[in-house]
Amino acid sequence: MNAESRNNLVKQGAIWVFILFELAFFSIAGEFLSVSEKAFMDFDNMLLLLKQSAPIGIIALGMTIIMINGNIDLSVGATYAFSAIVLLDSMTWPIFQGLGDWVIPVSWMLALLTGTVLGAINGLIVWKTGVDAFIVTLGSMLGYRGLVFMYNGEQPTSHLNWTLVDFAEAQFLGLHTATWFLFVAALALWLLMTRTVHGRNAYAIGNNREAAVNAGIRVGPHFLINFMLIGFLAALSAVVFYSESGSVNPNDGMLYELWAITAVVLGGTKLAGGYGSIISTIGGVIAIQLLRKGLGHIGADTETVNLVIGLILIAVLFLDRQLNRKGKEELKI
Amino acid sequence: MAELTKGKRDIGGVVARQGILIAFVVFMIGFALANERFFAVDNIFGVIRSSAILGVMALGVTFVVIGGNLDLSVGSMMSFSTIVVLDLHDKLGPALAIPAMFAMTLGLGAFIGFLVGYLKLNSLIVTLGMLSAIHGLTLTYSGGQNMDIADKEGTWFSVFGQGVIAGVPVPILMFAGLAIVLSVVLSKTPFGRKVYAVGGNGTAATFSGVPRARVVFYTYLVSAFCVATAGLLQASRSLGSQNTVGQGMELEVLAAVILGGASLLGGSGTIFKTVIGVLILGFIQNGLLLMGLAFYAQYVVTWAIIILAVWLDIAAKRGRLWSPIA
Repeated sequence: MNAESRNNLVKQGAIWVFILFELAFFSIAGEFLSVSEKAFMDFDNMLLLLKQSAPIGIIALGMTIIMINGNIDLSVGATYAFSAIVLLDSMTWPIFQGLGDWVIPVSWMLALLTGTVLGAINGLIVWKTGVDAFIVTLGSMLGYRGLVFMYNGEQPTSHLNWTLVDFAEAQFLGLHTATWFLFVAALALWLLMTRTVHGRNAYAIGNNREAAVNAGIRVGPHFLINFMLIGFLAALSAVVFYSESGSVNPNDGMLYELWAITAVVLGGTKLAGGYGSIISTIGGVIAIQLLRKGLGHIGADTETVNLVIGLILIAVLFLDRQLNRKGKEELKI
Repeated sequence: MAELTKGKRDIGGVVARQGILIAFVVFMIGFALANERFFAVDNIFGVIRSSAILGVMALGVTFVVIGGNLDLSVGSMMSFSTIVVLDLHDKLGPALAIPAMFAMTLGLGAFIGFLVGYLKLNSLIVTLGMLSAIHGLTLTYSGGQNMDIADKEGTWFSVFGQGVIAGVPVPILMFAGLAIVLSVVLSKTPFGRKVYAVGGNGTAATFSGVPRARVVFYTYLVSAFCVATAGLLQASRSLGSQNTVGQGMELEVLAAVILGGASLLGGSGTIFKTVIGVLILGFIQNGLLLMGLAFYAQYVVTWAIIILAVWLDIAAKRGRLWSPIA
């Protein structure tokens, strides 16, 4: 085993070691500090944790492939909210009245289509104008949020469909529906990034765009595909979450982009592009959710979660730099 | 550089370089034609006054962006300043609360400046982490409660947000004063030149003997100072506040700075252009409202304007409209 692959193994393993550390810490600290009688490592508790990880997790998967490409997407929170509104509102449209429960797949399709189109708009602008993805998605974050508010003002959009709620609350082989969506999406993206030409090219573009262009890779279509994918995944996340909750506020999903980026960076993906893995992102998502739950378990204020996660993010950045001095992390957006 | 000097002579070059100013004038004329109330003095003062808090923050972020970095923490830092000064107002009295709040906010700015300047960590991630961390700090400090001043009638503290001197609201005076001071600092002092040098080409600046780390550190102190001023304005205007008063403002501030033409790559931008960017955002919101459009339509228009502004800017620089990306 040469130094480089050992280095990679250390980096990919780090997040899982951190998760084990969290589990051990909260289990032991919980013995002394916990307000509840239940053990932290309770099996049902862990299943619930996976379910709660799903909404941010599915978005973070999309953010991973965007960042591997060397881009970033700040508009996912707004895309999430807009797709959720389309999902719930379309169930009440008169033209779908005759469908009965068949309205569910139709509304799902409409919501997923909405997310994909919003992603495609971002992708096309990045491709055709050459404006940096950070600025393009910063703008569309405002724009898409404006569309959300224009749709229904400041009122929540609500519609409960009990068949849908039953489906969303179901457990199959012990795992909740939302968890299955997270795992299936992760598997699909993992296959996409490691087994297809698109995945290989995406890494190549993020690693060295000039070299990729010289090697004959067309950069634009890959950008577009990845932005459509993250739009689709933001909508999927909305579908998973709002099928159960049945009510969306126009402010929902705000700051989701920042949570997703935090999870992706904790998982070791490089902002500069060219390096990162879907599996490690799942680790990052679980680590954050574990921290939230664990701090609650030992009786810390929920407010401290933000403080701790922020400081951990900076610490990870610092450690990563120390471990990887000669790397090319000098980011220029 | 050759293209720039050539561009100076023809009209296209002027349009490209002063595009944002021209767009601003066009907007103003359009809105004025659509509604005669738009140019009323009280309307104009109203718009600038409500843009002042965002504007003050944008002045500081301009320094950071010209220095080649980002600051996403200004929104939650502003919440922190507002909550702290309101809390200390009743405990120490306003005369002590204000300097104490400035010291604490500058402390946060110094911490970020240390991480980005001296430790050379990525500013996007550091300030993203600090966004979350300062939000947690604010909530812990306030115990999750809203903060209110007990005696709202009998305090002179309200002068910053609500006072009027010689017919001009104090927030406008503070915004204008800070803009003039920072503009002079940026364009007329050695420090200002060093900020441009560090953001333009960090390696070259280092080899020319510019202390890169220290300059970046100071840009974050400037940003924190502006945030503290914005927090003071916010607290004094409402005399009570939620923990999340600045949430989401970091991206609006950044939008104003980008709209003003500062490049995220660093090394370009001016205080004057940022002020124009802030005013454009404010007047668009106001103009659309006067035209009877929904309040939230401004977001969609802002989106289009940001993308168009940046697109035309880089299109002028590369000499072709569509990107060369295959």
